[in-house]
Amino acid sequence: MSQISVRVDGVSYSDDVEPRTLLVHYLREQLGKIGTVVGCDTSNCGACTVHLDGEAVKSCTVLAVQADGSEVTTIEGIAASDGTLHPMQKAFHEMHGLQCGFCTPGMIMAAIDLVGDNPDPSEDEVREGIEGNLCRCTGYQNIVRAVQQAAHEMQGTAAPEPTGAQA
Amino acid sequence: MTVTEEPTVTAGAPAKEVGQPRKRKEDTRLITGRTTWTDNMVLPGMLHLAIVRSPVAHARITNVDVSAAQQSQGVVAVYTGRDFAEEQGSLPCAWPVTPDMVNPGHPSIAVDQVNHVGEAVAVIVARSKVAAQDAVELVDVDYDQLPPVLDMEEAIKDGAELVHSHLESNTSFHFVFDGGEAGAAGNTDQAFAEADVVVSRRFVQQRLIPSFMEPRSVVVQPQGDNYTLWSSTQIPHILRVMAAMVTGIPEHKLRVIAPDVGGGFGGKLNVIPEEILSLLVARRLRKPVKWTETRSESLMTAHHGRDQIQYIDIAADREGNVKGLRCRILADMGAYLRLVTPGVPILGAFMFVGIYKFPAYRFECDGVFTTKTPTDAYRGAGRPEATFAIERIMDELAVELDLDPLELRRKNWINAAEFPFTTAAGLAYDSGDYEAATQQALELIGYDELRAEQRRRRESNDPVQLGIGFSTFTEMCGLAPSRVLGSLAYGAGGWEQASIRMLPTGKVEVVTGSTPHGQGHETAWSQLVADELGVPFEDVEVLHGDTAISSRGMDTYGSRSLVVGGVAVVKAAEKVVAKARTIAAHLLEASEDDLDFTGGTFSVRGTPGTGVSIQEIALATFAAHDYPEGIEPSIDAEATYDPVNFSFPHGTHICAMDVDTETGMVKIRKYACVDDVGKIVNPLIVEGQIHGGVAQGIAQALYEEAVYDADGNLTTGSFVDYLVPTAADLPHFDTGNTVHEAPGNPIGAKGVGEAGCIASTPAVVNAALDAVRHLGVSDIRMPLTPERVWRAIQEGGDGGDRATAGTTAYGGAQTETTAGVSTDASSLGGDR
Repeated sequence: MSQISVRVDGVSYSDDVEPRTLLVHYLREQLGKIGTVVGCDTSNCGACTVHLDGEAVKSCTVLAVQADGSEVTTIEGIAASDGTLHPMQKAFHEMHGLQCGFCTPGMIMAAIDLVGDNPDPSEDEVREGIEGNLCRCTGYQNIVRAVQQAAHEMQGTAAPEPTGAQA
Repeated sequence: MTVTEEPTVTAGAPAKEVGQPRKRKEDTRLITGRTTWTDNMVLPGMLHLAIVRSPVAHARITNVDVSAAQQSQGVVAVYTGRDFAEEQGSLPCAWPVTPDMVNPGHPSIAVDQVNHVGEAVAVIVARSKVAAQDAVELVDVDYDQLPPVLDMEEAIKDGAELVHSHLESNTSFHFVFDGGEAGAAGNTDQAFAEADVVVSRRFVQQRLIPSFMEPRSVVVQPQGDNYTLWSSTQIPHILRVMAAMVTGIPEHKLRVIAPDVGGGFGGKLNVIPEEILSLLVARRLRKPVKWTETRSESLMTAHHGRDQIQYIDIAADREGNVKGLRCRILADMGAYLRLVTPGVPILGAFMFVGIYKFPAYRFECDGVFTTKTPTDAYRGAGRPEATFAIERIMDELAVELDLDPLELRRKNWINAAEFPFTTAAGLAYDSGDYEAATQQALELIGYDELRAEQRRRRESNDPVQLGIGFSTFTEMCGLAPSRVLGSLAYGAGGWEQASIRMLPTGKVEVVTGSTPHGQGHETAWSQLVADELGVPFEDVEVLHGDTAISSRGMDTYGSRSLVVGGVAVVKAAEKVVAKARTIAAHLLEASEDDLDFTGGTFSVRGTPGTGVSIQEIALATFAAHDYPEGIEPSIDAEATYDPVNFSFPHGTHICAMDVDTETGMVKIRKYACVDDVGKIVNPLIVEGQIHGGVAQGIAQALYEEAVYDADGNLTTGSFVDYLVPTAADLPHFDTGNTVHEAPGNPIGAKGVGEAGCIASTPAVVNAALDAVRHLGVSDIRMPLTPERVWRAIQEGGDGGDRATAGTTAYGGAQTETTAGVSTDASSLGGDR
């Protein structure tokens, strides 16, 4: 067992973990952070994406011990304390960017990181930027719309005209 | 945190919810991570299961040594097939498609023999998930290997190696539908004998994996002699009945709950070995247990879809009038029959004629056992296969006759004035306008400009050629009229149940038997009920997925939820209003006949200012101090709706595709589709369903294939090798709708869940072929990998099976029977 100290969604934890424990399993099974989910075992799907010291990571590719001393933000920690949704959460809702919702936490966390790096991404840039996150329900089109809308809201500018025929 | 918005109001009339693009109620919990996936569940004393699975495709089990695993830290028990042999029964198959169908039985855990890679051979029960997983490697199983059975065309021959040695052959059933014999069409042999032109093709529907994003998970809690089973399932109601029958747990002692379920696409429409094993272990140990699969387990053992070989003959006269259609199908069952395994190709049997007026039609299908994971429903279930065959062969016929593919379709499709139209397959298509949808789709994609560009690039010999492909499709959905299911020997009905509970504060609980897993029922049902009862959208709560709350139901598949389940909700609401009317008349001291009901309020006609709302009546009925003699003090109601017909969404999908003739790379330039799904309750949800369906259909055409090597190992056993497309792999979709309401359906809806997936695949393949036909290519096997496209262009043929299937890149040494290193004509195989 190794002892780690992490801050997760603004709360500090000190825990003993097996050295082989993945960050995602630590979050889910020891901290009860079940908003972050496991969708595969090869780091392809991105469902477990969280922010580690502000960078999006697939939490199945990080050992819990590697997060020692770090700040982790999950889907459960991005809304304001009064419950006001993060612009990315709001945009996914408004653009119908989710159906079953299983990929959504990881998709939102990846998208926030994408917009942090590129505040005004084109459609193609969004598609490339979320390539590490799989969604089986939406065909991605409304996710792309949501990311672009959130990008504009986060910048305080108007979103471009949606490009779908039925927008 | 709840996000809601007001519907638009037209002056003078109550705002209608139906038709509004309401944002989904479901989203609030899903975008914040406050979800109830089955794997989230933790119960005191819970034990964890891990399954030891067969690494070989076909073998007799000669010994299972669990002693080391039993000693492993944290392990509570280890069970083998022998331990459960007497009590595990057989997983159910609810669809004996012929009276003499052979069902070998399907153990949840192998006892003497394994018949596909991934079959369960032992179960570890441990105090933690990691302890269970660690012990898996310690179980030592001796296998006496048998030859795998992988190729359907070989498996049906006399003397073929048998999957199940106690059976006489690998054929489970031979199903025939003949339009002539059924009285729906003429004689097929005669039609072919008299035809000017006959075109014959062999199409391969590759094996796919549904790949829902949430891995399957099961939790069982025993309480006395009662059991609660949580499962990531599409079908809690069907599961309850079936699990009770398999395990002998009395049905009333078993409660099944499907909490938040992360997608299904047919892949969670089953009774799975692990559900039964979890019940058996919990019953033995009297402790709660949990099993959650890994993605690799999921890809290997959750049922697969498609996997047909289709021999299609089409007959026509010189002018292009179709005269007959003949289909012979080999459908891969895999090693066992699961819930509706044999029924999947039979659902397709009625759709091969598509939207065309065939005077003669004959369909034959053999269900074939192989040593692979069982197949079963995957989005569309039989109808994508049928639609692919007809839309591909129509293009082949057009080429043969030198006709424009759209003109050939126009010449033969059912005209708008001809509905209702009974096809050669005996189905009565309800409504539609194929021309209108096609016109709109042509405009959406900019057809004339694309054709002009295609000509320019053809003339300039551009290495990147442009192709345009069509799919003018229909499907049958809204499963299903119970009597029709009975006539097809299906084991249950196709009705759906709903009830409405009016709470004292005027809030409304709607209980539906149609259990969602991402479709947005909570939102759409709220819209229906808000309109019917005149209550605010926010005042409606939709309950589902728990057999203790929703006692009757047939669950969600086959694009049936709105078309059947939604109607049950509307029928229940009508009963609520009728019961409330009696009480309103009493309270308003008026005759029922003199009452108007608008905007949720009963008022006496011609007496402005009077009125009592249905929400006030709910409170009055709760108090029950003042209600008419002779009635019950309740306005709650329930309804069961059994549809009278299938419904028939249709549409036109057009794909424009760039094909790089030098590299074989294909890229969708534009994709446009116009779908007619009848009345639209929520356009946002409808558009989302089309997007997702089209994406999955494109994925079949371009990316996905479950590949087995010569030894029967699944070589696409992770998301590294099984290519679920990413955002970067898919194009923007231009979508539109025409609306012809389903005349037989009280809502007017036709169903939308599978339409995109059924329609899109042949449009994509037809587009690719249209780009390279002038280079001598007449078919390319799906998925259209660059290698296959390049081979087809360079060598002719269809590009062959996946050339690298037998190489180390796909998991092992190649043996000579490895599925299709290349076509016979090929001199350019993989690494041999």
